[in-house]
Amino acid sequence: MTGSILQIRNLDVRFSTPDGEVYAVKRANIDIDEGECLGVVGESGSGKSQLFLGALGLLANNGRAAGSVKFRGEELLGLPPSEINKVRGSRITMIFQDPLTSLTPHLTIGAQIIEALRVHQHLPHAEALRRSLEILDLVRIPEARERMSQYPHELSGGMRQRVMIAMATACGPDLLIADEPTTALDVTVQAQILDIMRDLKKELKTAIAMVSHDMGVIAGIADNVAVMREGEIVETGSVDDVFYRCKHPYTRTLLDSIPRVDHPPPPIPAEEATNAELLKVENLRVYFPVKTRGFPFRTIRQLRAVDDVSFTLRQGETLGVVGESGCGKSTLARAVLRLAAPTNGVVAWFGRDLAGLDERDIRPLRKEFQIVFQDPLASLDPRMTIGQSIAEPLRSLKPEMTREEITRDVRNMMVRVGLDPAWINRYPHEISGGQNQRVGIARAMIIKPKLLICDEAVSALDVSIQSQIVDLIRALQTEFGLSLIFISHDLSVVRQVSHRVMVLYLGRIVEFADRDAIYSDARHPYTRALIQAIPVPDPQAERAKKRIPLPVELPSPLDSRAPLSFLKSRMIDDPDAEQYRPQLIEVAPGHLVAEHDAA
Amino acid sequence: MNFILPRDQAEMMERALDFKGRSLWTDARRRLLKNRAAMASIVILAVIALMAVFAPNLSPYAFDYQDYSIISCAPDWWPDRTAPCIAGGAHWFGTDNLGRDLFVRVLYGARVSLAVGLIATLVSLVVGVAYGAIAGFIGGRLDELMMRFVDVLYSLPYIFLVIILMVVFHRNFFLLFIAIGAVEWLTMARIVRGQTLSIKYKEYIEAARAAGVTRAATIVRHVIPNVLGPVVVYVTLTVPAVILAESFISFLGLGIQDPLTSWGVLISDGSKQIETAPWLLIFPATFMGVTLFCFNFIGDGLRDALDPKDR
Repeated sequence: MTGSILQIRNLDVRFSTPDGEVYAVKRANIDIDEGECLGVVGESGSGKSQLFLGALGLLANNGRAAGSVKFRGEELLGLPPSEINKVRGSRITMIFQDPLTSLTPHLTIGAQIIEALRVHQHLPHAEALRRSLEILDLVRIPEARERMSQYPHELSGGMRQRVMIAMATACGPDLLIADEPTTALDVTVQAQILDIMRDLKKELKTAIAMVSHDMGVIAGIADNVAVMREGEIVETGSVDDVFYRCKHPYTRTLLDSIPRVDHPPPPIPAEEATNAELLKVENLRVYFPVKTRGFPFRTIRQLRAVDDVSFTLRQGETLGVVGESGCGKSTLARAVLRLAAPTNGVVAWFGRDLAGLDERDIRPLRKEFQIVFQDPLASLDPRMTIGQSIAEPLRSLKPEMTREEITRDVRNMMVRVGLDPAWINRYPHEISGGQNQRVGIARAMIIKPKLLICDEAVSALDVSIQSQIVDLIRALQTEFGLSLIFISHDLSVVRQVSHRVMVLYLGRIVEFADRDAIYSDARHPYTRALIQAIPVPDPQAERAKKRIPLPVELPSPLDSRAPLSFLKSRMIDDPDAEQYRPQLIEVAPGHLVAEHDAA
Repeated sequence: MNFILPRDQAEMMERALDFKGRSLWTDARRRLLKNRAAMASIVILAVIALMAVFAPNLSPYAFDYQDYSIISCAPDWWPDRTAPCIAGGAHWFGTDNLGRDLFVRVLYGARVSLAVGLIATLVSLVVGVAYGAIAGFIGGRLDELMMRFVDVLYSLPYIFLVIILMVVFHRNFFLLFIAIGAVEWLTMARIVRGQTLSIKYKEYIEAARAAGVTRAATIVRHVIPNVLGPVVVYVTLTVPAVILAESFISFLGLGIQDPLTSWGVLISDGSKQIETAPWLLIFPATFMGVTLFCFNFIGDGLRDALDPKDR
């Protein structure tokens, strides 16, 4: 093929491990043309990252790559490091998932960009400085000159990823390999980064290899797509072919398992409006004192993690809570469960206020509300077998049960959540992330609670596993008549399970409506931007999408002006002034929207 | 995707009945038994300990019997023929400068050194781990209070502390153990507190709280097992430190007194005659070295055994 800049033929990547040779990539063939964007999709462990690491000679010590990798006709495999370094970093560049670990913490970002330019292009300092300002501008970093003297930790995740892109494009590479560049970012930030990458592709004619697990991201940016599964490329083709006329059943499964925000999800059984009110939260506030540096005295300011949140939850009902990182959704969950102490407000459990109770009085109530955490591995004690972890609530909350009864219950629950009870003695690191999340769910459900809070319970999982876990949670809900609070940054998942959805922005509710109303009739600009930012696995829809710009940066929650980002007309321009708080207005029965300026 | 669907639940349940729940400790024992270096070390230590216990039966000489005709004499198999004299008889390790049999004295020294090493380390382990875990986990004002107390004790010269204890309670074999243990636990408490702080905010601790586990049970079930790795390593460093501390105290005349002895005392005596009678240093030093090696291997083995991720 003419114009093909990277040609990978029969690439094998294998690792020698104590258990023998493991193939991460098997006989992969890939072509990337000039100015093209190739999307590589696959679930975790499919070898999509190793494919490019292997091609560029960046494997771990026990890994070996075999086959042929030609960059502009020149063979890359087997080149000595000094030769390959001439290509890597200047003509082929990479950006990774976590921008904080890829930037050197003790150098300013300006120094790091200038270094890349001086090493690869031998520019004099003044020239390099001018050029790096241009690039920072290109990736839309505001106040680029000031940013140059900042250190990586002073920037937000989205800003850091912009810097990474700036560094990667500084030398005008022919090929940019982006390995899950937006996975660690919020959806709105992700949309901005993808926008930037689309523009780079258009303006600089850089070819991009986009590695991602997210079909929506791929749909929005790629021209051609390669689908990987267990080290093999199972399907390649143009983006439209793969998405609309896929041939391989695995691609079909992948596409089907993605919850779509643009399609109404299958209905869920309506909860009985007459059911008892389980939980009533009124004007809940959780503030954390934060010491800020200052002269001559340090001042203590209140970080309003949860600010004036009210809602009720009936038996059997599911409440979705949506928001980006730092919006206080996890703190809200912890305050309801009394894992964090509320500053003030009412958390009433069957009419009984929990706020005044101390740990000792709360403990017997923990039988009734449980939580599933985001990170399945971190929330399980690494030195306990999964059987012991699941048994823990029974041991502490039902001391009257004998050891045999507990073991029997654990086994039943393991079967119920789809785990082999023979694994009772396994440790968390011996099983996969999805299985660990099943352990987390089993631990929460074994005590048969009335309320289950899922704090980003499926966010860390692959899409196909995600839909299994969501199905499991819903099956358990109907079986046990559970109420759920389902917290996620992912609106499409929330839509699948919730009766009502609450959108949080910096600790305050901005919109609260029924599951369908919030999608079909979103009133608040923030809700709309959120919905809009979700990448949809539909290339045509992605191309047609108009993008609503949001403020570049989420304001600091310590800034008292922050909650007024959407109500600038009432803002007093002083970070310390006591500000007006936007009030919730009922625009339709059961549909609350925070006051905001007309868009 | 390698997960198991509840396809045939009855069959799965039946199979599962063969699997008994295991704990960290049974697993750790199994893994330790598989560790050859650790097992060999345990055997060697056991042999040394048994020899120490049955010392009077192993040699025809009493540990304090002096034979003035053979002062500082080499054993008869000593390769260096320039040694001033040959002890002969059953003096397998030669004799010291008071004509006492070194073999039996080394074994008597093992009694004291091993006992000091183990008991003082055990004291420091129990006190230090409990103290550090409680201070770190409860935190806040209690933590401040407990750790400042540790700082105060730290700032006292420990020899001074031992001297005071010895003077007040008179010289006493067991007090020596307590005194050394009472000093060594301070570092242990600091290490455990630091480790506890680093795992205190882990999600599984929060999960335990959500599961209604009391604070005391959380410390026992979650905090302590997860800080054991560095603790075990530190313990293996404490044993030699304690054995050396004992010899220093004895040297000051506050610990073990003649004719009783310990490895530390034997080594410090032997080092004075290293040119004329090197066996006086070599034999006790070999025993002590082997013992410390064994403790290190056992420590490494324990650390690996207690970490389920290591297989």
